[in-house]
Amino acid sequence: MREVNAKQIREKVKELFLDANYCIGEDVLNSIKEASLKETSETGKNVLSMILENYKVAVEEKIAICQDTGLAILFIKLGQEVHVNGNWEEAINEGVKEAYIEGYLRKSAVTDPVFDRKNTKTNCPAIIYTDIVPGDKIEFLVTPKGFGSENMSRLAMMKPADGPEGIVNFIVETVKIAGPNPCPPTIIGVCVGGTTDQASVTAKKATLRKVGEHNPDQRYADMEKQALEKINNLGIGPAGLGGNNTSLWVNIDYKPTHIAGMPVAVNICCHAARHASGII
Amino acid sequence: MEKIKKIKTPLSNELIQDLKAGENVSITGYIYTGRDAAHKRLIELLKEGKKLPIEVKGQIIYYVGPAPTPPGYKCGSAGPTTSYRMDPYTPALLDLGLKGMVGKGLRSKEVIESMKKNGAVYFAAVGGVAAVIAKSIKSSEVVAYEDLGPEAIHKFYVEDFPVIVCIDAKGNNLYESEPPKYSK
Amino acid sequence: MMKEVNLSTALREEDIRDLRIGDVVYISGIICTSRDMGHLKMIDVTEKSEKLPVDFQGGAVFHAGPVVKKQGDKYEVIVIGPTTSIRMEPYSDFIGGLGVKAIIGKGGMEEGTSEALKKFGMIYLQAPPGCAVVLGEQIKRVKDVFWMELGVPEALWVLEVENFGPLVVGMDSEGNSIYRDIKIKGKKLIEKMF
Repeated sequence: MREVNAKQIREKVKELFLDANYCIGEDVLNSIKEASLKETSETGKNVLSMILENYKVAVEEKIAICQDTGLAILFIKLGQEVHVNGNWEEAINEGVKEAYIEGYLRKSAVTDPVFDRKNTKTNCPAIIYTDIVPGDKIEFLVTPKGFGSENMSRLAMMKPADGPEGIVNFIVETVKIAGPNPCPPTIIGVCVGGTTDQASVTAKKATLRKVGEHNPDQRYADMEKQALEKINNLGIGPAGLGGNNTSLWVNIDYKPTHIAGMPVAVNICCHAARHASGII
Repeated sequence: MEKIKKIKTPLSNELIQDLKAGENVSITGYIYTGRDAAHKRLIELLKEGKKLPIEVKGQIIYYVGPAPTPPGYKCGSAGPTTSYRMDPYTPALLDLGLKGMVGKGLRSKEVIESMKKNGAVYFAAVGGVAAVIAKSIKSSEVVAYEDLGPEAIHKFYVEDFPVIVCIDAKGNNLYESEPPKYSK
Repeated sequence: MMKEVNLSTALREEDIRDLRIGDVVYISGIICTSRDMGHLKMIDVTEKSEKLPVDFQGGAVFHAGPVVKKQGDKYEVIVIGPTTSIRMEPYSDFIGGLGVKAIIGKGGMEEGTSEALKKFGMIYLQAPPGCAVVLGEQIKRVKDVFWMELGVPEALWVLEVENFGPLVVGMDSEGNSIYRDIKIKGKKLIEKMF
């Protein structure tokens, strides 16, 4: 058994949320640079160059890329040989709280969503997904999820008969309905299969996959390519002000599912696709 | 890089009519902030016939809930929030003389009609360019609803705050006119 | 006036055209199960001009996938219940073309199916949902099974049944549909509410 203290977990979570909010990933940065070379709309080019400048300012001055520093989501792989000394959930939430208070990040979490909607002032509770895996490490993948894009996400319980065409159409329609709201150019994460909950979580994880890498299964990679092409043919463009870069990438993952169903979850991520990973 | 039109607040009717959808603009002067909760309270005051805590005539409201202010800055990251949520409250404020709104995303038919009727402009700030925008904010004070935290009404002094005229006072709307040019 | 009718396969078009929504039917004879993958397989086989393993003239297709037990080289149905029919909506015209006279399922189907029922003289029968034990008891024996590579639930099960039901006529060959009537009624109520 390997001992890990709650303090180590707290510190790692804090470090990762600060990192995610200040530094955009290299893959996203390169994708925006490529997009600005391909963009034919003047306004679109202008928007993309402002976005690039913003990434630079954010990382140099350690200020949040976007004021919507989102809800704190963590995907954790906990090695089954690890023994945690202390309270697991508390340590994670403390790490989030410290990052958001000390890092000048906006606290956007409210308590009950219908009536009081009182700000929790800590950006907690964090949303934590833990998988127990072999080994003695703890692997963290964190993402602050802004709600401009989250609000535009959709889930459809499709029929098996709808097939790949139906799936691609649903993805494209979701992006079309969203228009400028999720801050294009977006990164689209999709999961086909599973159950409503598994599809949604897997779609969220799919937005964190490396931009520029296709699903290793050629049939799913083909759907990714078709969806991306159709999305960019919508003409919505950067900031929704017209252009040929509406989405940077589409990632489709799949999960085994029931014979009677084909759930399709589409999670939209804005261009500020913020995430950070680390290991204890 | 396209030409940038520099404008100062408060906005005159003449200037409003002159601004065209698609123009790159940089704003200098005082602007107010407000989003969902603040708008709700303002409209409730109007319904009760009470005075508003801010002067709306000739002013610009920026739909934003900024991040906390780091050392060396006057305001934290401050990109726009999605405007459609403020649509139900906007015509009443336009009737009172509000001349400009800064946000991102589509506006309703009712808001656009009210903009045409009252002479007002909707500017788009680019979502996610929050750090760059923060640098243009030279001073910030909370002028109402401090209890709302980031949703409080702030008075910002901005210098060269970069925006794009998205919907002008004649109702020309970039979100409608531009995408079809690039769709296949 | 709703009637209760006992029918035997092969089903005759004149008997089917006589039935109206709300009538209750019990079927004796042979019914075949088919769901999502089964229908796609039928279409695939037909498109390749190959022969289907079953003659569907006067037949009944049951939207279901049974739970079975193997005894020696024979299968026995433990429980069986209807699955949601709307997923098979795209295939109704094809099914009618095979000579099928009754589609058994749950939840109803839509306008494409209604047209196919009119055209081919078919009916849609609603089996009691969630009553898999009772329906399972009405299966006398498994006559045959094809396409096991699709998995047990999706294979083509050929079942001998006795007084299989009660099955309610949900959509008839005159174009009437209980499901459409409910939708229209519901829409009016919603409009009133909002």
